[in-house]
Amino acid sequence: MGVTIDVRVAAVRDLGPDVRELTLAPLNGTPLPAFSPGSHVVVHVPGERTRKNPYSLACAPWSTDAYRIAVRRLDDGRGGSRAVHEHVREGDVLAIEPPRNLFAPVVGARKHLLVAGGIGITPFVSYAHQLVAAGTPFELHHAPAGGPLADELEPLRPDAVHAHADRTALMAAVEAALDAQPLGTHLSVCGPPAMMEAVCQAAKRHGWPGSRVHLERFVLDTGPMDPFTVRLAKSGRELAVGEDETLLEALEAAGADVPYLCRQGICGECRLDVLDGTPDHRDIYLTADERAAGTAIMPCVSRCAGDGPLVLDLA
Amino acid sequence: MSATAINVPTGNSPEAIARFPFPFDADGYMYSTNVEEAEKPRSNGVGEWGGRVYDVDEHYRFEIAERDRVLAADPARCQVLPHMRLAAWDVVEDATTRLSRDFPEHFSLEVRGDQRFWTNRLLGIEQSYTLLDDDTLPLEPFEWIVRQLQEDVELLDQRGDDLFFDAGILTFGADWSLDFDLGMSFLEIHGPVPRVHEMGVLPRAFQFLQRLPVGPIYRRTNWTMTVGRRLDTCTEVYHEWGPDRANLRYEEIGERLHLRVEVQHFVRLPRSNAVMFPIRTYLASLDEICTVPAWAVRLERVLATLPQDLVDYKGLTRYRDMTVEWLRERNAARAG
Repeated sequence: MGVTIDVRVAAVRDLGPDVRELTLAPLNGTPLPAFSPGSHVVVHVPGERTRKNPYSLACAPWSTDAYRIAVRRLDDGRGGSRAVHEHVREGDVLAIEPPRNLFAPVVGARKHLLVAGGIGITPFVSYAHQLVAAGTPFELHHAPAGGPLADELEPLRPDAVHAHADRTALMAAVEAALDAQPLGTHLSVCGPPAMMEAVCQAAKRHGWPGSRVHLERFVLDTGPMDPFTVRLAKSGRELAVGEDETLLEALEAAGADVPYLCRQGICGECRLDVLDGTPDHRDIYLTADERAAGTAIMPCVSRCAGDGPLVLDLA
Repeated sequence: MSATAINVPTGNSPEAIARFPFPFDADGYMYSTNVEEAEKPRSNGVGEWGGRVYDVDEHYRFEIAERDRVLAADPARCQVLPHMRLAAWDVVEDATTRLSRDFPEHFSLEVRGDQRFWTNRLLGIEQSYTLLDDDTLPLEPFEWIVRQLQEDVELLDQRGDDLFFDAGILTFGADWSLDFDLGMSFLEIHGPVPRVHEMGVLPRAFQFLQRLPVGPIYRRTNWTMTVGRRLDTCTEVYHEWGPDRANLRYEEIGERLHLRVEVQHFVRLPRSNAVMFPIRTYLASLDEICTVPAWAVRLERVLATLPQDLVDYKGLTRYRDMTVEWLRERNAARAG
């Protein structure tokens, strides 16, 4: 399952009709890890079943006494954001995974042009704090005006933070900004997919090379943790793999002796032979051919496509 | 011995041998992405190694003095590109925090807001400084702290879906060069290593490092052999140590030939998002290896079956066969 940190929900605050901010403090006073701008944490959101959702850390990167995240309620999503809004209360204890960054600012950039739509402003909170502290030039365009967290960002650098009424106004400002940047500027974009695509197209039209354009891509590290059954062919035993455990953990709990090293799907140590059933491969070890054959699985991260049973050559 | 006089350290005590990271867990060796969770002690058959990211042992004072000597002779062994300044401070915070926690008898760190007071009793250092204020330290921050570690430390900046080697201290390298590799991408640095590209070992390691989160720490071992108990076998001084590989005599193998093991850790630095590799080098002479019969038997088998391209890449070509014969004789004598 990987390492998690238990945190207490120290405060709950509504930033608008559908955005809720959570302040997450360490349980025992040990500071939380510092992080780099653009980092996110995966929050294990309790509910009928645990959801694991990534949220950008929307606070200064040196906020080790508490993290803040802002969660927009999405009723058509997988239910994680709805569960945050409906179930999480002040004082609750949540498990989070340590910060990870898929959207770090390019350190050597001479200037940063930042474009945010709606809740996409969250990663730029940590950006803005760091860039202000380092004295690095930047310019942030966001919409809609009065959206979440704008009131926190504007005082940081009033001359650099520009609010726009709506997407149309935002795109007009972005088009103008794309033509007015010094050499060495990097563009970073976070927002709804259509808006990110529009900004990318505009950057291309204005002659920006792809290597200077950065998009926040929220990829869940783990897919859904659906339960399934596994059968150990040599003994005939059947085990249930729950939604809060990996296949490797379930095998270990049942006393099966499976060698392992990384538990991250990279080293190949825990490879097992599959006799029947369809693996849901989530590792980066097996080759494309091995995945297609479906006769091997890395139980530290991979699961079963469907309910199973997945039949393994184990006792 | 080589013509240039270098400090000659003493060998390993029995206690140091008991915590030697003997790297082979099978009778053959092939590259693998042998990454495992760190800070977990691992058995070597006679003891344990690997409880800590930064290791402090009986060689501390000698190795610190040796690094000072190498840096004085060649300042280009330490380089920090300007954009790695925040990463340098990450290393200061990480090392001082871990050392004071793991070896409180030798090190302590007092924290008050951004103020730090650091004590290194082994070297007699007492230093107060302000986090992120370079002027409060007597040296550039990265160099200041790494000069107090037995590990060499290399830093990779992550940008544009790639990792770049943009800062490091490399004084105890196994035939590579910081000055040559600085600024290269991860895959460029490893270009010369045989097999790892085709086997997919390197692409997997690359993906793993890119996704490494803050917090969990991993490690791997690597190994080669060195003639003489010599830590600085960087490419810059090849002329000092390279010829020893050709002049090693059979009767000197036990004393002069050393198994050289690197314990490399992988740490995501929190503030800078850089990836840090502290690399600690351990040396044990073959006489010392032979004090553990199971190691001597295993090393004989590993060397005897090591494919020729790996023998060549590791620089063992001139003495591999002779060393296998030497180990066979020793092992047979003991068994007999």
